[in-house]
Formats: sequence, C-alpha cells, structure tokens
Amino acid sequence: MRHGRYPFVISFLIAPIALYAVFVLAPIVQAFFVAMTDWNGLSPNYNFVGLDNFSKILSDDKFLDAVLHHVVLLVALPIITIAIALFFAFLLNTGGGTRGGTPVGVWGSKFYRVIFFLPQVLAVVIVGVVFGRVFAPDDSGILNGMLGWVGVNPIGFMADFGLMSILATMIWQAVGFYVVLFSAGMASIPGEVYEAAILDGANRFAMFFRITVPMVWDTIQVAWVYLGILAFDAFALVMVMSIEEGGPDGATAVLPVLIYKQGIRESEYGYASALGVALFFLTITFAALSLRTSRRDTIEL
Amino acid sequence: MSIDERTITTRAPSAAKRSKRSAQRGGIRREVGIVSGLGHLSLFLWALAIIGPLLFTFLAAFKSNTEIFLGNPFALPKNWDIESFARAWTRARVGTYFLNSVFVVSVSTFFTMLFGSMAAYVLARYKFAGNRFIYYLFVAGLAFPVYVTLTPLYLIVQNMGMLGTYQGLILVYIAYSLPFTIFFLTAFFKTLPTSVAEAAIIDGASHYGLFFRVMLPMAKPGLVSIAIFNIIGQWNQYVLPVALLSGGTGNVQDKWLLTQGIAAISTSAGYRADWPALFAALTIAIIPMIIVYAIFQRQIQSGLTAGAVK
Repeated sequence: MRHGRYPFVISFLIAPIALYAVFVLAPIVQAFFVAMTDWNGLSPNYNFVGLDNFSKILSDDKFLDAVLHHVVLLVALPIITIAIALFFAFLLNTGGGTRGGTPVGVWGSKFYRVIFFLPQVLAVVIVGVVFGRVFAPDDSGILNGMLGWVGVNPIGFMADFGLMSILATMIWQAVGFYVVLFSAGMASIPGEVYEAAILDGANRFAMFFRITVPMVWDTIQVAWVYLGILAFDAFALVMVMSIEEGGPDGATAVLPVLIYKQGIRESEYGYASALGVALFFLTITFAALSLRTSRRDTIEL
Repeated sequence: MSIDERTITTRAPSAAKRSKRSAQRGGIRREVGIVSGLGHLSLFLWALAIIGPLLFTFLAAFKSNTEIFLGNPFALPKNWDIESFARAWTRARVGTYFLNSVFVVSVSTFFTMLFGSMAAYVLARYKFAGNRFIYYLFVAGLAFPVYVTLTPLYLIVQNMGMLGTYQGLILVYIAYSLPFTIFFLTAFFKTLPTSVAEAAIIDGASHYGLFFRVMLPMAKPGLVSIAIFNIIGQWNQYVLPVALLSGGTGNVQDKWLLTQGIAAISTSAGYRADWPALFAALTIAIIPMIIVYAIFQRQIQSGLTAGAVK
C-alpha cells in the first residue's frame, strides 16, 4: 500500500488540474494582461497600452450606468428577497400555532415549499422569456391584461421600468430557494426556546425578531453573499427581456452584457477584458465588505 | 431538513385545527388569528404568482396568434391546437436543441463527477506536499464570476480550434464545475470513517480499488447531491454556449443548446409572428424540469441548497 502512493495521487490530480489550469486559471491571468492591450479582432497585432482601457472605461457612460444598476440590484435584491423569504419561512415553520408548546408550520406548508422552490430548477433564460410575456407592453401581457380588468391603461414595463421588472423577475425566481434555506436553519432552533418565549408571553412578532432572526443570522449572511453575487449577473434576463439587450438607451445595461457584446460580438478583446477585470474588483470589494459589515455575534446553542 | 419536513406534514393539520380553536377563544388570540389569516393569504398569493405565468405559457401554446394577442391571457384555448408543438419541435428545431442539451450535460456531468471526486478524494485523504495549495487553488475559483474570464476564455478556446464544438464546450463546463464539486466533495470525503478503508487495505486493496470499490460507494449521498447541483447548473447554462457555440466551421446553429435555442426563438417570434410555437417551445423546455422536480423534489432541494448549508 505504501508503494505507488505518489503515482496514484498524480494520476488522480492530473486531469482535473490540467482542465482547471487551461480553462479557468489561464483566462484569469490573461484577463489582466489582455486588459492592458488594444487587441481587437481586426488584426493579429496588438500594442501594450497600459491602463488606457481602464481610463476609457471610467469615462464610458455605459459602464457607469451598468455599475449604478448593479448597485441598485445589490441593495434591493438581497433586502427584498431575504425579507420575503424570512417571512414565508417563518410562517411555514412556526406560523401554525403551537403543538405541545412547540410552534409548527401553517397548514399546507409542505405544498407551499414545493411550489415556491420550483422556479429555481428552471433555466434563467426560460424564466426571462416567460416574464417577457408577463411584462408585455399591451393587454396580451399577464400584468397589463390584469390591469386592463380594472381599467388601467397598459404600462410599458420594459420601456419605462426595465430594471425594476428585471429585479422583480430575479426575486420571483430566488425567493423559494431562500425559503428552503431559512427553513433548514429554523428547523435547527430547539423547540424549548420558543416554549420559554411563549411562557414569557412573547407574541409572534417578538418571536420572529427576537428569536428566529437572531438564530438564523448565519444563514442570512450566506444568503446576503449569494444574492449579492447574483446582483452582478442578470445576464440572461437582460439579454432576453430588455429592449435591445440592455436598453432602452442603456436603462438596463449590466456589466456581463457589456462584456459579452464588446468581447464576443464586437471582438474588442482588450476593452472587454478590462471590463471583466473591473467586474472582478467590484465582486471582490462586495465580498470583502459584506464579510466585514455583516459580522455579528452568533448565538451558540 | 428532510426530517423536519416529515414532522411538519404530519403535525400540520391538527395544529391548524388547534390554532383555529384557540383563535375562537377570543381576546388576545384574535390578533393572532388576523395575522395568520394574512399569512395564509400571502402564501396563497405567492403560490399563485409562481403558477400563474407558467400556466399562462402552457395555455398559450395551444392558442392561435389572435387569441394570444386579443384574448384574455388566462382564458382556455378555443381549439386545443397541438400543431404548434410540431412546429416548435421540427421547424424551430427545439427537438434538436433539447437532445443536444441532453448529450452535452450527460457527458460533462459524468466527467465533472469523475474528475471532481478523484481530485477531492486525493485532497481529502492523502497527505503530500502542495495538497493545501492545490485545494485552495480550486476553491479560489468559486470567487470568480464567469464573465470576468469570458473574453480570454473565448480566445483560448478559439486558439485551440474548439470554437463551435462540443469538445470545447464540455471541457469548459467541466473546468468551471470543478471548484464547487471539489470544495463540496473534499469536505464529504473527510467525514467518511477510516476504519472501512483500513480494513480494505488489510484485505489487499490497491489505491484504485479502494477508491472505486469502497470510497465511491460510501460517498454516494454526497455524490448524488452534487450531481444534481451540476446537472441543473449545466442544463440551465446560457452564457457559455452563447459565447462558445458561435463561429467555428459548419452550421453551428445545429449544435445549439436548448437555452440558447429558446432565446433565439423568442427574439424571432415577433417578426415570424408564430407566438404559439414559442410558447410550445417553452412548454417543451419547462415540463420535463417540472416532472423531474416532482419526482426528485427532496433530493433537488437538498442538492441545490447543499453548498449554502454546509
């Protein structure tokens, strides 16, 4: 058994490492290099231009718009999704009154959990195409059709509220995942804690804010980071839902879409790589900030 | 989580009765009754908001263009026209895209699981120089959104002559699935008991025999979770096929995957004026996912949330 250990270890690592090095590590290193060139698809030659691409980015309105949109998503998406998911998870786990002194979920909680989670297994693109019809600008759209019943004129959702419509779609898809996640966290809260709170005369609001939320705080942090990372994506939804892939007039522009259009479609490799590097630094900044600010004493059981 | 679900379902009905009964006792309880009434209503409305758009899509697949545009979105179709499905499957080539996706995801998930479990096993249970370094190298990959590397990745695949080929796409899928797979499975392999492995060694098992005959079967629950995670993630992938199944030689459109095919149909539905076919295409894409989800609902929920819970 002792002999042949290293050959074995190497034989098991060589393929994964090779794939990872070629398709993940090499592009990361190259991104930083290509970002400092004026390489485009028109000629095989390129020049080293230092930080030119980055100064161009900073004066590019499309880039600044996109960053602003990510900031909006970064604030709104986690807050709204977590609030809704916490509320539903609380109802599904402890909303049904008490049994033997321990709170239980409302009637039908299993059914709701299954339905809520469903959007999570659908491809974002599919969801985007479906929601293109939800937000269609005339009475054939689901929302405008319903507004028509109460006599409201059709609203141009994608034309006037593009980013908000995309945000709503992201929330629609994400909530169920976090309901399940928070439910798992809430299930590990011992029943005695609630029993004691009920004996002390705590109502549901007190139970929610004083017991449930602090006890699942770790999970909320995880949710925050996940949703924050999601806020830097939105590629598929913007590509299929928005007017002119990021429009009208840049109103739904996001960095992944700019990177795709500049890099793959326009073959502006240098500029697109610089956009990628910018996205990298934005993501890292978010991760570092959220790890720092959301740290709080956790409750040991 | 699964245990919790079971207890809740068995308890829930009687609990509801109880809370109703206690609500009738009046006094302070009435406030609770109103709150839980609103709670029920909000749960019901959210469920409706989930089902509504999907139901609308399924119904629209059977309608005519005029019905879709002039009728009530939730009305039943006048004639259940199934022609649209035939048009979506053959003329809009959803059938081809669907089978392409099945092929690509099967191959890439298989190799993701094979390579991922091999690397994770060695990293979890063998001490050697550089073990931690390699582990953190893989885990660092979790921090990079794919868009950061999209342009250089495209150039690398192009240089290798693999643009517009499945080889290129599958290798990229595997590479980008490895960080999470290795991260998850390393932790899993560490939890497996050493006593069984020691017994196998005494019985004369080789390193390879130990892995394939003993450790892999023992790791089955973890492998299932992460396989589900990878299958759903790769099936739903959009940016990689859009970027990498472009250019190349031959008619690259024949190689498109379901997600990019549907996106293309949705942009062309407007000027081709064949909306029923678009909705039929969406239905064809959504129904299998719902069926799979209905069957493996518990495993899928725990598989997808596994990364966040652990």
